[in-house]
Formats: sequence, C-alpha cells, structure tokens
Amino acid sequence: MIETLSSFLSSTVRMATPLLIAGLGLVFSANAGIVNIGIEGFMLFGALMGCAGSYWTGSALFGALIAILSTMLFSAIFAYFTINQYADQTVVGAAINILASGITITLNRLVFEGKVPAISGFESLHIPFLEKLPIIGILFQQSLVCYLAFVLVPVVAYVMRKTHLGLQVLAVGENPRASDTVGISVKWTRWWTILLSGALSGLAGAFMSMGQVRFFSEGMISGKGYMALAVIVLGGYTAFGVLWASLIFGVGMALQFRLQVLNTGIPYQILTMLPYVITLVAVCGVNSKTRGPASSGEPYIKE
Amino acid sequence: MAYLEMHAITKTFGSLVANDNVDLKVEKGHIHALLGENGAGKSTLMNILYGLYKPTSGEIFLDGEKIEIQDSKHAIKAGIGMVHQHFMLIPTLSVIENVVLGYKEISRFRLHLDEAARKFNLLCEKFGESISPWEKVENLSIGEQQRLEILKALFRESELLILDEPTAVLTPQETTKLFGFLTKLTEHGLTIIFITHKLGEVMSLCDRCTILRQGKAVSHMDISEVESYSQLAALMVGREVDLETYKTDKTPGESVLELEDLSYTNEKGIDRLAHVSFSVRSGEIVGIAGVDGNGQSELVRLITGLLHATSGSVLIDGCDVTGAKPKEILAHSVAHIPEDRHKMAMVSDMTVNENMILMSYDHSPYSKHGILDWKKIEDINQKLCNTYEVKTPSIHETAGKLSGGNQQKFVIARELNRNSRLIVAVYPARGLDIGTTKYIQSRLIEERDRGAAVLLVSNELDEIFQLSDRIAVLYKGEVMGIVGQKEAKRDAIGLMMAGIGKQKD
Amino acid sequence: MEDNKAGKVRSFLIAAYYPIVSILASFVIAGIIMQVLGFSPYEAFKGLISGSLGNKRAWGETLNKAVPIALTGLSYAIAKRCGVINLGAEGQVYAGALCAVLVGTEIDFLPAPLHILLTLIVAFIGGALYGAIPAILKNRFGASELITTIMFNYIALYFVHFMIAGPIKDYSSTSNFAQSKAMLVTARLPRILPGTRLHAGLFVAVAALLFFQFILFHTTRGYEMRVIGLNQNAGEYAGINVHKNRILSMFIAGGFAGLGGACELMGVQLRIMENAFNGLGFDGIAVALLGGNTTGGIAASSILFGALSSGANKMQMKSGVPTATVYILQGLVILFVIGKRLFDIRRMKRTAMGGAVK
Repeated sequence: MIETLSSFLSSTVRMATPLLIAGLGLVFSANAGIVNIGIEGFMLFGALMGCAGSYWTGSALFGALIAILSTMLFSAIFAYFTINQYADQTVVGAAINILASGITITLNRLVFEGKVPAISGFESLHIPFLEKLPIIGILFQQSLVCYLAFVLVPVVAYVMRKTHLGLQVLAVGENPRASDTVGISVKWTRWWTILLSGALSGLAGAFMSMGQVRFFSEGMISGKGYMALAVIVLGGYTAFGVLWASLIFGVGMALQFRLQVLNTGIPYQILTMLPYVITLVAVCGVNSKTRGPASSGEPYIKE
Repeated sequence: MAYLEMHAITKTFGSLVANDNVDLKVEKGHIHALLGENGAGKSTLMNILYGLYKPTSGEIFLDGEKIEIQDSKHAIKAGIGMVHQHFMLIPTLSVIENVVLGYKEISRFRLHLDEAARKFNLLCEKFGESISPWEKVENLSIGEQQRLEILKALFRESELLILDEPTAVLTPQETTKLFGFLTKLTEHGLTIIFITHKLGEVMSLCDRCTILRQGKAVSHMDISEVESYSQLAALMVGREVDLETYKTDKTPGESVLELEDLSYTNEKGIDRLAHVSFSVRSGEIVGIAGVDGNGQSELVRLITGLLHATSGSVLIDGCDVTGAKPKEILAHSVAHIPEDRHKMAMVSDMTVNENMILMSYDHSPYSKHGILDWKKIEDINQKLCNTYEVKTPSIHETAGKLSGGNQQKFVIARELNRNSRLIVAVYPARGLDIGTTKYIQSRLIEERDRGAAVLLVSNELDEIFQLSDRIAVLYKGEVMGIVGQKEAKRDAIGLMMAGIGKQKD
Repeated sequence: MEDNKAGKVRSFLIAAYYPIVSILASFVIAGIIMQVLGFSPYEAFKGLISGSLGNKRAWGETLNKAVPIALTGLSYAIAKRCGVINLGAEGQVYAGALCAVLVGTEIDFLPAPLHILLTLIVAFIGGALYGAIPAILKNRFGASELITTIMFNYIALYFVHFMIAGPIKDYSSTSNFAQSKAMLVTARLPRILPGTRLHAGLFVAVAALLFFQFILFHTTRGYEMRVIGLNQNAGEYAGINVHKNRILSMFIAGGFAGLGGACELMGVQLRIMENAFNGLGFDGIAVALLGGNTTGGIAASSILFGALSSGANKMQMKSGVPTATVYILQGLVILFVIGKRLFDIRRMKRTAMGGAVK
C-alpha cells in the first residue's frame, strides 16, 4: 500500500514536471499578451534535440543544453513573425507545430536511422536524509531537472511580483500602448518572454524524452504543449497557480497509468483519454473566474 | 530663443501628410494651446515631441539645445511628460505600480514601492491632491485618473507637460478644478501645451495659441489678440463657419419612449442605473447630459435590448419591450446610432454596400427566403449614398478605408433611412469636423420635425444645449433632473453632472 | 467593358502575388535545408513534381489527395469566417469516418448510389455534431476553442483506436495491426477517370466548395456569420444571435471535415486503420490559410498540397529525402503567407527610399 502510494506520488511529480517547466515559461509570455499554441512544437523540437544532443555528446547535461538553446532559436521564428510581422499568433503557432513535426521526423530518421540507440538520460539525484522519509522520500529521488522546476516556482513568482521586469511584463500584456508611453519597449519585452518560454519548453520536451523515457518518438508530445496552455489558464497566470495546475494534471496522468496496471477492465484506449478530458473540464470550469491579459493575441503596431 | 522650438516638422504616413512643415514656439511658464479640428495633425505633432513617432524631417530645440528624441524614454529624460486623451494607465495595477512603471531612478531591479509611495505622497501634498498609492487604478474616478496621469509625469520631474484634450471627460466643475491645478503648475515654473478643439477653453486658460489645419500651422497668436470665437473657428476650418444651429419651436406629440423606474445592476453587483423614469415624445429631442460612465451607455443598451433591466420597464409606443431582444426592438421602429462607430456600428473589413444592410438584411426587399438580392441592395444603397452625401469611390469600397466623417454619414444614412419612430443617437458627432457635425445635427433636427422621438446622449454640453428640447442629467446612474432647454442654465446642469442639486421629484 | 476585364486581371494578379511568392520562397528555403542535410534539392523537386503532375495517373493521385484536404480546408474556413478557430478538423475527420464505416459495413441492403449517399450524409452529420460540441462549450462556459478543439482531436483518435481494436474490428484479417471491417462494395466511391484511381469524392469536394460560396455570400445566414466573424460587437448591435451562428458554423465545419474523412475512407482507404487519417485536419488549416479562406483559394491550394503529398513518395525514391520534409514545406508556406508583409513591394520601396535619404 505504502509502496503504491509512494510510486503514485513519484509518477505524479514526473508527469507534472514538463507541464510545470513549460508553464513557468508561459507565465512570462502569456502575461506579456502572447497566445502561443506553438508551444507543442517547441516541446517536440526540444525532445528531439535533447536526445540528439545526448547521443552526440554522450552527456545528458549537454543534451539538455542543446535542447534549450536550439529551441530558443526555433522560438525566434515565432517571435519574428508575430512581433515584427504582426502575424496572427494562432496561425503562426499552427505553422510552428507543422514545421516542428516535419523537422523532427526528418531529423529523427537521419540522425537515428530508425533505430533506438541507447542514450544517457537524466539520472536521479538522491538527496541525503530526505530520501529516507516514509512515503514522500521518493520525492527526493528525482532528477536535477525536476528539482530545478520546483525551485523555479518561487523565483518566477518573485520576479513577476517584486521586480521592474515582472511589472513591465504585466504592463505590456495589459496595455502595450501605455507601456510604450513610459519608455518600455513592447517589442523587446515580447521577444525575450517568447525566447525564455522557448528555452523552457525545450527543456520540458527534453525532460519528456530523457527524463520520463530514454528515447525520442515522433508523436511523443501528444498534446502536452496544449495542456501547458490549459495549465496557465487554470493557474490564473501566476507561478504558484501553474504549480497547482500542473500537479492536478500530474495526478490525472499518474491515475491513468495506475488504472491501466490495475486491470479494471476499462480498455486502455479509453484511459488514455483521461488527461485530455481533464483538460477539457479544466478549461470549461475555470474560464469565467480568471481573465487573461487584456491585449492577449493582439499584435502591437507602433508605426 | 523660446523654451521649446519645433522647426519645420514634417511627418508622412505613406501618402498622407500629417504634419507639413510645422513650426511651434512655446515660452517657459506659459500654457500654450494647440488648436485644430480632428485630423489637423495636433496629436501627431505632440507624439513626435514625445518620441512616439519619428518626424520625417525637422528639428526640435528644448531650452536652447537641439535634442534628438528617439523614443518616449528620451522625452521623459529631457523632462517632457504627456497625458494622453485615452489614459495610459493599467487598471489592474495599483496607483504606485503605475507610477513607477518604467521608472528606474529609485532602483533598477527590485521594486521599492514603499519608498516610491513616500515620494508620491509628498508630491500629492505639494499640489493639494489626495490619491492613495495603494488603491487599484480601476477604482479611481475619471477625474482622479486624469490627475494621476499628471502626477505620474511630475513624479518623473517633467518640466514640460503635454495635455491631449484633457477636458473631454470632465464636468464643467471638474474642468474648472483642473484649470486651477494647471495654473498652480505654471506658478511652479512648468510649461504646458494644451491640445483642444474647444474654443472657450483656449480663451479662458491659455496665454498663446497655435492653430493647425490639414497638417499645417496656419496661425500663431497671443490670446489677447483674439477677437472672437468665430475668428478662431474660421482659422481652424479655413472658411467662415456658421456656428448657429437652426431649430424652430415644435409642440411635441404623444409619448414614444417611456422608461418606468428602470434599474440595472451589472454582473459585478454594482448599480449602474437606479430608478430612471422619463419619456421621450414624438417631435422632441431629449438630451442626456453627464460625464462619461455615469450610466449613459447602460441606459442606451437597456433601451436597445443589448442589456436587460434588473427592474422597471421600457415601453415603446405603449408596448412593453423590457427584456426583448435587439431584433424585436428594432422591429418597433427604433434606430440606433451607437457610441463607438468602429466597435459597434460598422464592420471595417466589409464593403460600404454590405455595411449599409446591417440592420435590414433579413427584410424584403433586401432578401427573400434567406437569399440576398444583391442587385436590389446595390440600387438602394447607391441612392442612399447620394442622398446622404457619402463620399466614396464606389459602394464596393472597404468601409474602413473611408474617412471618419463619411463612415458616420453612411451609418446615419442606414439608421435614418428607416423613418423610425424612435432614434437613439449616442455621441453622433464624436471625432468629426465642424462641417460634418453641423450636417449630422441638422439631419437629427429634421427627423424631430418629421415627428420622430430623438434621445440624444452627448458629453458635449454645447451640443446638448443646441439640439435638445429637454435636458436630463445622469449622475451615477440616477436622473438628477429634467429641465426644458429654455429654462436650463449651464451652471445648474454642470452642478447636477457633478451630483449636486438633485431636483425634487 | 475592356477596362473592367483589365481590372479583373489586375485584381487577380494582386490576389495571387503573395501566395505565389510565398510558395517560391518556401521551396527555396526547403531546398537549402535539403542541401545542408546532404541531399540534392534538384533531384528532390524533380521527383516531387513528376510524382504529382508527371502523367495522368499522377494527376489522379494528386486530385485524390486534394479532395479530403479541400474539405478540411473548408472546415477551418467556414468557422474562421464566423470568428471561431477550428483546430479540430482532425477529430471531426475521424468522427465522420467512424460514422461512415458503421453505415458502410453494417447496412447491406441498399443499392450503391443510395448507400453512398446515405453514408455521406451520416458522415456529415457525425462530423457536424462532433464539431458543434466545442462551440457549445464556448457559448456555455467561455472555454477557448483553441484548446477544446485540440483535446477533442485526441479524444476522437483514441476512441477510434478503441473501436477498431474491439467493437468494429475486422477479426477475419490476418494483419498484426488493428483495423476496421472493409467498406461494402455498395458504399465505395466509384472511379471516374480510366487509367487513374481518381474517385467520385471529387464531386463531393466541388459541391462543398460551391455550397461554401453560396451560403457565405448569398444567404442572410452567411451574412450574419461574416459580420460576427469580423466584428462581433457590430453583430450584437444589429441583433444577430452570436451563439446560434457560432454553433451553426462549427456544425457545418465539422460536417465538411466529416465528409473529408468519408471521402478518404470510401475512395482510398476503404477501412479505418490506426492513425490512417492523421494530418488531414492540419493540412486543411494550411490549405485554408494559403487560400485566404476563399472558395477559389482553397480549391487551388488543396491541389497544391495534394501534389506535395502525392509527389512525396517519388521524391523519397529519387533523392532519399524523407517524405516528412513535405511538412517543413507546408509550415514554411503558412509562415510566409501569414507574414506576407515581408514581400510587400511598396513597403520594400519605401524602406529602400528611406535608407537613401539617411
């Protein structure tokens, strides 16, 4: 019983981590008024680049770095078209997703030639003493990236609420014109929030391909990016909100695996739907209470 | 050399010349009026001074030195502050957060809000203001928000303040208060550029004025040299204008619109309208005076079916239409010229032709059995455009490409063409030049003479006085009083707009 | 009269300028990517073009591929015209195909024309009902259709996986992969051009295109949808029922996508296998964007995208470039079409002149 609970906790945290990392990136870009469905493509791209990087360098850490940097570069496409060309954010996001699936499939076949090579993934890092605690000890036997994600939560919250940087992001999202009049560059603010969100979604993707499993597969993100978008809405656009929301999703996914193991008689395809249904319920239930930034999705044209 | 000199400023947007070789000289400690019609280039010139636009050519000297203003940051550094017509505040943030936004003199990374609040309080004391730094901006009154905008500029140690149409949203009394505040500022050595199109304000407040017309500076003069309003008006428009409105007396007929004890509470639980009762009769214009946001827009929405009353009733020609849908109310022969043309009255990306059937597309002869008859539609609209003097290359032109005046004209054409019993006109002349304004006002009077009941909402007291037969004043959702136009006094109406002197029922 | 003609040619050229330049730019960049990856872009594009347009048979394949994506393109377009972003054509395709497979395998007493017609109608309704759900959720809860439509894609996909692994599984098949029973002969779309595999789905797509044009521009209902799509406030002011039109537009959108699934099923696949219809929905989005949500634009761009996917195999054969590279091409085309300011000649001239002055 205790073991079951313990492994359930661990699986919750591991499932929540990519949503949390990507969600924290979205705290910046969404508050700056960016609606980015391309986050799905960013994560897919990061997942492949992490694996490829680890395969080339033999080090998971370098793999993660390559994932972060290359996805950041990839997110510049989104930033350029939405900010500098005033293109519709949803449409560019859709194009990013198609582009990402084309690039990752092509590269995957070229780099790995259809094989699944052994790569080094994120090793778990045991924290002395704490790992010995009953039931929750397992929470201290996770990988570095996982700890990083949770440590980032108060950091992001602090930056958003207590610094000029955070205030500027909020102002740009609420009223870009007003921000412009007090000398804040709307373009630059949106650029760096998108790049940051790109970097973090790259890491989130890499965590899925190197932390949850040890390989890349072509459809592996399967909607986690869209779920990260739901997480930010559900979390009321704040760092701690994102933490709770991603844990809820984590519980949902962990539950799905547990039920599959338990032989409940429910076909596994139906159980696979569970996270998607949770997302649906979440966006239906929450929307009336939280509101996004006023300028969400609108390009800012200064002339 | 004057304190501020702008030399030969030219700014073009594509083929449009917004500023053409404009010169402007402002002396220190003066309140300098920048006068002109909408689209004359006042805002463009000031946006250049404030660094929001880059001039195509021209030079700027401040305090004897040539300055290059790349963006608003430079302008702020140079001591220039601007209060925009639409407030540049972020309603979801607190007063002090708005004040320090982008201001990094106190700290560069972490926000030191307490220290900023102390400085802000000192500033408030100096000028006799009392705004709490911790209040959320969305909870401030419009007047407070405007003074906050000025304080925000003073916080940044501005020496030169640009105010863009600051009185548009104020009551006459608040305007007086603002003028007092501004005079105090000049006593402290500040210089103010005051953008306006209201002639009275120029005469009572300013030292000097520059008049812009179609992008050119056509006149610079001391206020003491000005002989009359019509002299200024003629300079603004470029020809002699008749500022008079011609309206004959008319005995109103039976009541068309009847409001009985109408109240509305919004979804946040705030009472936006309380116990409103009055009627509008056939052949009369009833003007609703009041500062923006005192329930005018809710009142209009309740009458036109876009909102539903919490209690009370709306009757049109004796029929109870409380809670009816907009379509049902339209069917009671109601025309509606809404407050925000771009947001509500037109679809910018559709053609003029498509826009003109917006209220009647589902009626014969425009359509039959759900199929549109484009040939008939074009014929009718072509004629309407001619009658109402809508200037457009073709009725198939995209509506957004027309000038504001012509857009409003086709909206007026569409609404007035239906020979409605009740016409609800909200800010019908907002943002239009004097010629178009006069045209639209005379059409409304014609409708009244035809026997329509007209409900006119405006925040320009002049317009209310010129057109109305009776004037109702709204304050915080209540009717403060209803006065016949002939008996009405501006001062009394102004006081009622500020919530003072409610008439006994 | 002559002037009018010249004007029409001119406005057509202006309308076609951006798509054509965008497509060219995408090919150039995709070519560079191929070169970098060590392939010959020349061989690849030669294979792509000969595989899609080289002969009559290839044309048939191209049109066959164009049929479902024209329909999913219409699906995105009609919702977009009413202000709804339908990213759910993917799921609506499966909903339509699933309904079609039920009718096409279980009803065995109808003659071919009737059976085909019934199958198409049921597929339309199935897709339509599935498409209407996100609109209802948006009306009722304000749930953003960006997220809900995508979630419904996954739900439909896994539900179909479940169905073909159990309730409608073809147990007679020896294949290792789960698949549904095959469509009865009476429910298959006939071939219409000898020497090719071109099937009668082409007529369905053409009819849908005409229906789209008619409803949007010649009916009061379509007028209402367009007003709402361009300015919802103006729609409300004119008393147009936003909620009702939103549901209707998503109903038709889902129906179009459902027909897309049905045509692919009845004309090409003949049974549902795992993931066999993946990508049709997203291709449709690309087609609609490229075609500017207009009837002619969607027709032309669906043929282009049809050609890309029918030529992809030959491209891989001739040059070794993986077929998935076509997605890169598609993504680039959308980016360049939406970022068309890049190719604005007047703007380029202005910048060039501004540069000269400085």
